[in-house]
This record gives sequence, structure tokens and C-alpha cells, in this order.
Amino acid sequence: MNNSFKELIKGLIHENPTFVLMLGLCPTLAVSVSLINGLGMGVAATFVIIFSNILIAVLKDVIPDKVRIPCYIVVIATFVTITELVMKAYFPPLNRALGIYVPLIVVNCIVLGRAEAFASKNKILNSLMDGIGMGIGFTLALLLISGIRELLGTGKLFGYNVFNNFEPVLVIAMPSGALLVIGLLLGFFNLLKEKKE
Amino acid sequence: MSNLIVLSSPHMHSQESVPRIMWTVLACLIPAGVAGVIIFGPDALWTIVLATVSAVFCEWLIQVLTKRKITILDGSAMLTGLLLAYNLPPEVPFWIPVIGSAFSIAVAKMAFGGLGQNIFNPALVGRVFLMASWPKYMTAFTRPFNSDAVTSATPLALLKEGKLAQHISNWDLFLGIRGGCIGEVCIVALLAGALFLLIRGYISWHIPVSFIATAGFLTWAFTGKGFFNGDLLFQILSGGLILGAFFMATDYVTSPLTRKGHLIFGIGCGALTAVIRIWGGYPEGVSYAILIMNAATPLIDRYTKNRVYGTKIK
Repeated sequence: MNNSFKELIKGLIHENPTFVLMLGLCPTLAVSVSLINGLGMGVAATFVIIFSNILIAVLKDVIPDKVRIPCYIVVIATFVTITELVMKAYFPPLNRALGIYVPLIVVNCIVLGRAEAFASKNKILNSLMDGIGMGIGFTLALLLISGIRELLGTGKLFGYNVFNNFEPVLVIAMPSGALLVIGLLLGFFNLLKEKKE
Repeated sequence: MSNLIVLSSPHMHSQESVPRIMWTVLACLIPAGVAGVIIFGPDALWTIVLATVSAVFCEWLIQVLTKRKITILDGSAMLTGLLLAYNLPPEVPFWIPVIGSAFSIAVAKMAFGGLGQNIFNPALVGRVFLMASWPKYMTAFTRPFNSDAVTSATPLALLKEGKLAQHISNWDLFLGIRGGCIGEVCIVALLAGALFLLIRGYISWHIPVSFIATAGFLTWAFTGKGFFNGDLLFQILSGGLILGAFFMATDYVTSPLTRKGHLIFGIGCGALTAVIRIWGGYPEGVSYAILIMNAATPLIDRYTKNRVYGTKIK
């Protein structure tokens, strides 16, 4: 149990998918304009990572090595389709805001990366823990980035005004702002890591 | 024999140093600033002071926090602040130059490792950041000699909207009697400073001349009715072309190393400026052109390396 707990917490900080493994930057850049979008994307991706990790860990002995990537894609696409249909049915505004990036979770490098690097080599329990950890790590990173961007770019948090007299920094809400914020955060985290060592 | 010190070359040193060059460039920029203050009133002076002070303070703060050597007296932070102020409209709210300078120094310069490490010209990064974030304040220009904040568009903006009804004389443009940023308007003061830098050899003619010539040629060719019928002098004298070509494109850190590289850099800047002016969404494109060519500088350097003395000619 101790071992699988380690798999769970490593995704939060030490192997954070966004800031350490540098995976899944495309959706991170695109959807991190507001906390709601970031949270929606994080939860959707977490769901897909967890269940695709479990299923691939179950099927890893049956899947032939040569065609493993297409098989992973089929598994992942199944869960993405579920996510998208649920989102369309119950959260249509969120679905509209995230747009193409929901179906694009299929090719999200975090999901495929964990399937290839972890779930295909490990037991079911560990894969489940890895999926939960990576999913939460991704969600936390998205919340951090989108929180900063929503606060500076629009002066709001979760759509509510925070300041009275605030001139929003428009550039932070633009795509270039996403690159800026992620780059500066990455530099900051690398600095922290260097200090620790 | 023990008190003989053996050193490797160079054995002869020149008097030039980074602080000396920076302070000279600063001195050469002063006439344009004085002219801007005369034309636009005391608000312009406030903007200049705020921008330079906050740039120096920000550099000091970062160097203290990161425990690096304090180098605020080398003039580079002050130069960045001053150039940023010259790129601002005279009557911006007080926090615009402060945030702009802080962004220039913290993100464009110190985050890359300080003086000599930055890829992009810090002052221009600050300007573009402000322009993208608060376009409302960055495009409100004061009318010259009018202290009660009557706004007017720049000549280039009027031209873009097709509203350049009354023709501004080239003489007014040369002296700087028009709406615009603080430091870009007075061409004669800028040219005086630039001439001094050229004579002292601190900048070479390659970048400014190829920059202005290319931008002038392309706008002359494509802005008028039919081809080769544009207003050449108007295009060169309005906007930030002179300030950009002499003082910002020639920044040592962000421009190529060789003469051939300088020419390529200048031509690229000129062409991009012309393209933005003629077909782009903004009336003026000097700052974007220089920044884009800054990004191309490592590539230019790579293909214009001088032959090392003694090696084979290919």
C-alpha cells in the first residue's frame, strides 16, 4: 500500500505533468483563460487518465506489442467520448467554452504518456493511483495558471469581480499571456527546485 | 622573477566600458526628451522620471532579492526606462510607465539573466506589453503645445484612417510639432544625438541607414496612388522610425555582431515596418519590426560569421 501511495503523490509535485514532465501544454495554453475552464478541463482529463490507466493495466497482457498505440487510442477515445457526451448533456456552457479541446483529450500527451510509460508496465492498483495523482497534478497546475490569468487578465475569479477599480492586463488573457505565465511559473519552479538541491 | 605576472592577451585596454557607453547614449537621448517636454508640457517630464526611476529601482530590487551583483550604476536600467518613456504618449496614467518599466526589467531583462543575456530589447518589450494590455491609454496622444489634454491622433494613425485632411508640413514633422510619443516626435534632436553616437563610433551606420532606407523605399513604393508615388519624407519623419532606427535597433545585446549582419537586420526591420504600416492593423510598426528581428538575430549571426583569420576560404 505504501508503494501505491507513493505513486499517488508523485504526480502532484515531483512529477507534476505540466511543470515537470512538460506534458499536455497544448490544452493548458488554450483553455487556461478562466478558473471554470481550467477546472472543467482538469476534471475531464483526470477522469480519462484514471479509467484509461485502469483499463490498459488490465489489458496489457492481451494487447500485442506492435499495435499497442492504436489500442491505447481506442481505449482513451472511449472515455473521452463518454466525457464529451456527459459534458454536452449536463454542462453545455462549459462544453462550448472548451470547444475542440474536449475531443482533443484523446491525443493529450499526459493520457497517452501515462498509458505508455506507466499503465502498460504496472499493476492495476498502482496504475489507478498513478492516474489519480497525475490527474490531480494536472488539475492543480491548470487551476494555478488559469487563476493567475483570470485574476490579472479580467480582474475576476470564477467570474466574480475581485477588485473595484482595476484595469485588467488584457495581454494576460490573450494567447501570448498563456505562454508568458507558464514560462514564468516554470522558471519559478525550477528556481525552487535548484534551491532545494 | 617571482614578482613578474604572466597574463594572456589582450595587454592593451581601451577606455571604453559598458557604463561609459550607456551613459553616453543616455546623454545623447536627452535633447529629444527636452524637446518632448517642451512640446507636450510637464506631464511628459513626469512620465520620463517615473519610468526611469522605477526601472532602476526594479533592477536594484531584483538584484538584491536574487543576491546578484548590484549593477544599477552602469546606466543600462536607466537607459531602458528612458527609452520606454520615449515610447509612451505624454499623458498616460502614472502607473503605466511604472508597470511598463517593471515588466521591461523584470521579465525582458532579468528573467533572461540580466544585461547581455536578453533576447529582446527590454524597452520595446515593455512598450508592446503596455500596448497589448491597455491600448486605451497607449493610443491617446496629446496635441502639441496644449496642456489641457486635448487628444489628437498621430499623423500615421490619421493616414491609416484616411483622415489626414490638413497636410502637416514636413518642417513641423522635423521639429516635432505633432501628436505622438514623448521621445519620437522631435526628429532634429534625435538626429543630433545620433550624429554624436555615430562620430564616436558607438553605433555604426549600417543598421539605421538600411532600416530607414528600406522602410522609406517600400512605403514610397506602395502608399501613394499607383506605384512609386508615396510621400517619402512624411513616412520617414512621422512615427517612431528615427528613434527606433538609431537608438533601439542598434542595441548591442539584441542586434547582430557583424557588418553584414547589421545590413540584413536593418533591411528586415525596414521591410517589416513598411509591411505593418501599409497592410497591418496598427498605424505604426517600428517596435514590432525590431522585436521580430531581435528574434532572428541569433540566426543572422550564425550565417554571417566572419572568417577567422588564418582559416581557409571556402
